[in-house]
Amino acid sequence: MHEQTLLEQAQALQDGEVSSVELTQFYLNRIQAHDESLNSFVTVTGAQALAQAEAADRARSASEAGPLTGVPLAHKDIFCTRGVRTTCGSRMLDNFVSPYDATVVERLQAAGMVMLGKTNMDEFAMGSSNENSYYGPVHNPWDSERVPGGSSGGSAAAVAARLAPAATATDTGGSIRQPATFCGVTGLKPTYGRVSRFGMVAYASSLDQGGMLGVSAEDCAALLGTMAGFDSRDSTSVDHPVPDYQKELKQPVDGLSLGLPKEFFDDRLDARIRASVEEAVAAWEGQGAQLVEISLPNLPLATPAYYVIASAECSSNLARYDGVRYGHRCADPEDLEDLFCRSREEGFGAEVRRRIMIGTYALSAGYREAYYDQARRVRQLIRRDFQQAFEKVDAIAAPVSPVLPFRLGEKTQDPVAMYLIDCYTIPVNLAGLPGLSLPARPVDGLPTGVQLIGNYFDEARLLGLGAAWQRETDWHRQVPPGFA
Amino acid sequence: MSEWETVIGLEIHTQLSTRSKLFSAASTQYGAEPNRQACGIDLALPGVLPVVNREAIRMAVMFGLAVGAKVRTPCVFARKNYFYPDLPRGYQISQYELPIVEGGEVEIELQDGSHRRIELTRAHLEEDAGKLLHEGYAGESAVDLNRAGVPLMEIVSEPQMRSPEEASAYMRTLHGIVTFLGICDGNMEQGSFRCDANISMRQKGEKELGVKVELKNINSFRFVERALRYEQQRQIDALESGKPIIQETRQYDPGTDRTRPMRVKEYADDYRYFPDPDLLPVVVDESIQVELAKSLPELPQARKTRLIKQYALSADLAAVLVQSRQWADYFEATVEAGAGASTTARWITGEVFARMHKDSTELAEPPVSANSLAQLLKCIDSSVVSNSAAKEVLAAMWKGEGEAEEIIEARGLRQVGAGADLDQWIDQVIEAHPDEVEQYRGGKDRLLGFFVGQVMKASGGKADPKQVSEQLRIKLQSG
Repeated sequence: MHEQTLLEQAQALQDGEVSSVELTQFYLNRIQAHDESLNSFVTVTGAQALAQAEAADRARSASEAGPLTGVPLAHKDIFCTRGVRTTCGSRMLDNFVSPYDATVVERLQAAGMVMLGKTNMDEFAMGSSNENSYYGPVHNPWDSERVPGGSSGGSAAAVAARLAPAATATDTGGSIRQPATFCGVTGLKPTYGRVSRFGMVAYASSLDQGGMLGVSAEDCAALLGTMAGFDSRDSTSVDHPVPDYQKELKQPVDGLSLGLPKEFFDDRLDARIRASVEEAVAAWEGQGAQLVEISLPNLPLATPAYYVIASAECSSNLARYDGVRYGHRCADPEDLEDLFCRSREEGFGAEVRRRIMIGTYALSAGYREAYYDQARRVRQLIRRDFQQAFEKVDAIAAPVSPVLPFRLGEKTQDPVAMYLIDCYTIPVNLAGLPGLSLPARPVDGLPTGVQLIGNYFDEARLLGLGAAWQRETDWHRQVPPGFA
Repeated sequence: MSEWETVIGLEIHTQLSTRSKLFSAASTQYGAEPNRQACGIDLALPGVLPVVNREAIRMAVMFGLAVGAKVRTPCVFARKNYFYPDLPRGYQISQYELPIVEGGEVEIELQDGSHRRIELTRAHLEEDAGKLLHEGYAGESAVDLNRAGVPLMEIVSEPQMRSPEEASAYMRTLHGIVTFLGICDGNMEQGSFRCDANISMRQKGEKELGVKVELKNINSFRFVERALRYEQQRQIDALESGKPIIQETRQYDPGTDRTRPMRVKEYADDYRYFPDPDLLPVVVDESIQVELAKSLPELPQARKTRLIKQYALSADLAAVLVQSRQWADYFEATVEAGAGASTTARWITGEVFARMHKDSTELAEPPVSANSLAQLLKCIDSSVVSNSAAKEVLAAMWKGEGEAEEIIEARGLRQVGAGADLDQWIDQVIEAHPDEVEQYRGGKDRLLGFFVGQVMKASGGKADPKQVSEQLRIKLQSG
């Protein structure tokens, strides 16, 4: 059953081959059996999941079921879930039980989907390896010595190991696409403003975007149709029509032009990954796409600009965790300053503290102009580079990560090396564009991936190209050996 | 002795009268139980986002239009970052580089009737913080977030005022503008309208500004004048004895009528302002500006001019009436209901005001409607009741005893004109005061007032003083 895609399971539910309770119990059993070694879940909501599944089965027998009713999924622990602990991978929120649901959670629940639990992640979504979680690292299901990527490492590992048919995730600098690649699953970061950020714990507000990890591009399309849309509670969400993504998947590849930016195929890229990406590109060419070499000249500036902007925003976004109203509070504070300082020092991990420091510095009087303002100008240049590219091409193909999944602990001593891993995903967040990560030919038994970048609100085209590739290949259907 | 010039600039904080907060749907009602009006957004829960209140934007635009300022579109909300327990997000959402209102000016009127124009630098929107409670928590402090997120508009003037009197006149003028616009309730006791005053001294003719001192949180017209007067003298004394002025924040204590320094900061504040990425730049459509410009109410200055012209009021009476829109409206409604303008103006600024101030309970509006008041005032103008009886009638109306006519009848206060009763009262009085009658007849004319008073007393206030006076004169002479 776990080898099926989410849509196949939805079909099985519809055909009465399985009940939601059976399906949910099946996944809860898998989590029970496998997650001790993976550590992909922070919280498993078994009883609540079975209750939701029962409700879904009742809805189905009353003919009130929608297409996704009764299908289980997991939520990244960054989405607020009413009555359920929402930790964001941090000791700071270890005791935080949200009194409300995020819009994403609310919409998926309204569609009848069943929440299995909350997945592990880098603390406050800051990290590329899932080693920055207060709840310990997540292991890559393909090789338990290796990282699953981050920050949505728990969601990616859970989907790869088929402990959930799909999972929500968020992407600020690559946090959906990079773990998708490292774990061999499909991940979509939608256009900034496509999916509401309300109830999604903020890391860097102008870059954060909710999305999902699934087995196939079609699964992602089905979930996006439910998650996307304007939300009056999020001023940055965009009132743009939500197409029927699943229908749009059938658009032909023939006649599309696919841009290959030379800055993405530079010497940082592992040659073996390059070969896998080129194989995917060749497949699209074979289906009638026209390949165009393009240039995004300001791309090399993206990573430094990102770490200034993201850190600046996070230094302010995380100021609310002060030990006063909720979250971690230090014992016996001497005075106000001690309460603030010690609660934050104890509540936040090293990487979060590092970024708060960087961001505070970048916004300080006398430095703001040189760092934050300059980074915003760079961001405009990158946005313009992409806009010019999309005058020539329909989509852009690129690698996701320059490196293969690395070993746990391998890069923890070198933060800059860790930051540079995101060099192919970060520019997409700076420009606010949609990006899709698709499994490609593995290298030495380790997953790789190819990235498709689209114009604003062009998720359907990316998903269509992804589905076309996945009709010809089965990389996305492969289950890691220990989890068959 | 050198000649000093005083330089004053004011930052006025007005609380906008929106029903909900600047970035959340929580109520702004004053006086609720602590934290009853703080929702998840005001508490800054993880994941919540602010959404700007369009009504607050409209109010700021109205103000901008009213003072002839430029309404900036788009304007930008920025974060002002600092840690304090009453600031749940760890930053205040305010406006910094691109405020909604830029420039503009107001005309102030001074005691001697002269006018001056004071230019505004800007007006911007920001949210209020919560309140710390230190009493009653066993040595600990508590936080009340009911105020957190309440919309404020901060109006910043150019440093163009040259005396404490001008500062107070400016504050009154702005109070009139925002209350007439209906964008602020103007309640100074509750802090809806308060100011910070910056004052520095320089030698006359000097271009450079002197070192300024900021006086924080003044919530009365009288106090701003007194605080600045004290500070002005303190600075002159210091400068003349060769002591430098320290740039600092001081607080005015009305009890001692002095200012004293507030906590001295050891390092300069760095608020790390940056545009709030949760809020897009706010665009104010041209059409909204046009629509608001059309619906702007008459402002105090214009209304005063019109009241003088339309109702032949004295400048003084008109000035008193336009101190608040409520009274100007009450006046016009009373006249509209048939009362004479001059009687109405005198009664509102006299008897009605006195009653409003006398009542220990805080009254938002007089308990006697404009229509009811007009019925009473008509009775005065048509001599149905005497002035003094009318005061008694108003007192009864104030207590809710009924309409003027009913009370006049019930209490038998209808004024008695010429007739048997009046003759009888006059005769009694003349008989009872033979000495005074002698003196009057001997040429002491001003005793007439005494006789009128006695007759009025004898009549229990019912006699018409005019009639009494006429009849007395005839009877006293004829005797």
